[in-house]
Amino acid sequence: MITRRIIACLDVHAGRVVKGVQFVDLVDAGDPAQLAARHAREGADEIVLLDITATHEGRQTLLDTVSRTARELFVPFTVGGGIRTVQDAEQVFEAGADKVSINSAALANPELITAIGRSFGSQAVVVAIDARRDPEAADPVREAQVYVQGGRKAAGRKVVEWAREAEARGAGEILLTSMDSDGTRAGFDCELTAAVSEAVRIPVIASGGAGTVGHFADVFTHGKADAALAASIFHFGVKSARSLKEELAQAGISMRLPC
Amino acid sequence: MRATVIDYKAGNLTSALKALKHLGAEVIITDGDTASIENAERIVMPGVGHFAATERLDAMGMTDAVRAAIARGIPFLGICVGMQWLYAGSTEAPDHAGLGHFSESCTRFSDGAEKVPHVGWNSIVPRVGSRLLEGITPGEFVYFTHAYKAPVTANTAATTEYMEPFAAAVERGSVMGVQFHPEKSGEAGLKILRNFLEIAR
Repeated sequence: MITRRIIACLDVHAGRVVKGVQFVDLVDAGDPAQLAARHAREGADEIVLLDITATHEGRQTLLDTVSRTARELFVPFTVGGGIRTVQDAEQVFEAGADKVSINSAALANPELITAIGRSFGSQAVVVAIDARRDPEAADPVREAQVYVQGGRKAAGRKVVEWAREAEARGAGEILLTSMDSDGTRAGFDCELTAAVSEAVRIPVIASGGAGTVGHFADVFTHGKADAALAASIFHFGVKSARSLKEELAQAGISMRLPC
Repeated sequence: MRATVIDYKAGNLTSALKALKHLGAEVIITDGDTASIENAERIVMPGVGHFAATERLDAMGMTDAVRAAIARGIPFLGICVGMQWLYAGSTEAPDHAGLGHFSESCTRFSDGAEKVPHVGWNSIVPRVGSRLLEGITPGEFVYFTHAYKAPVTANTAATTEYMEPFAAAVERGSVMGVQFHPEKSGEAGLKILRNFLEIAR
């Protein structure tokens, strides 16, 4: 039986994993290669590395980090942050990523989704969407808006519509982050996740708001997520992916176990 | 242990190469030199993406070289699209023939209760006696990402259920294929690749 995936996310700044609230007050959380290996060992089904600096000067540092992290990692590995062209994607793949995650560059140039998919296959293209509910709208979930620049600026697109377009253009998966929930540890936005998951045929990864085991169970059942991503709860040894998965399995969610 | 990996410019090879090297294999990459296929100890054909990408193999002269190598008993492992290529063809690219080593064709998952593509970790049930899957217990999880699949036949080495049973692996003699990605399937995947590397002509 197909299992739901638990994905460990590493936010990386200048070659180090960092953790902060809404990208401020960054705390050093360790070496990406070591942390990725530890998460894989502790049962994570997949690793995502997001370069939160994504500056031009930082590209080489990122590629070195990707290559070092990928070397001994034998689970799927996604890299995002600052990928704006097919050439950027190619460098990240050559460094050892299996998938790239693209966000604002895909909004600015949706053809990029198709172009990367054509060279590397759809399965290698994850379109990341930063979403906020629209409290003014009659239906805040269906009318949820896409945001860019770390959730500061509205992109002028509706989330569900953009997810459908990304799929039509050849995205392999959608990584949906609720900016309303991100960093709160108060739970995923299950309604929004379900709205997107029901609108597309490709897998949807839910992100933003993980705090308890129950939150994961909710996003898999009510949120219809195919995978769920978390960063902070796996850092500093708070909880391993394995213990999370064991508890979810007891709650009736299909998990890869033993792992 | 030597492995000749066919690069037909479909997707990236990095992960497959990395796993083979991690297991101690000496890896030779060929992108058109048919002599390296003739001299191969064993052949690995990775593959992600579209079945039509295998068209390039004909243009490279690889199809005939691989057919001859297989006839001489050189072990062959196709991964994902590389496995599908062993069949007569795929409805993904109906105008393009596969190698035809297995007479069936690959078809798309039908629309049903689950999403297509099939992405994620799913369990496999190996056939008793498979050399490729020796030591893999029924129910072990491996990582899949595909929308097309091969049917279950007498040559199927492992089955997986996703709305219906399909061939997760195929094996006849020294010709083998896996629909999943052993290079991305943790310890189970590495064990399968190690099994293949230990199969001699």
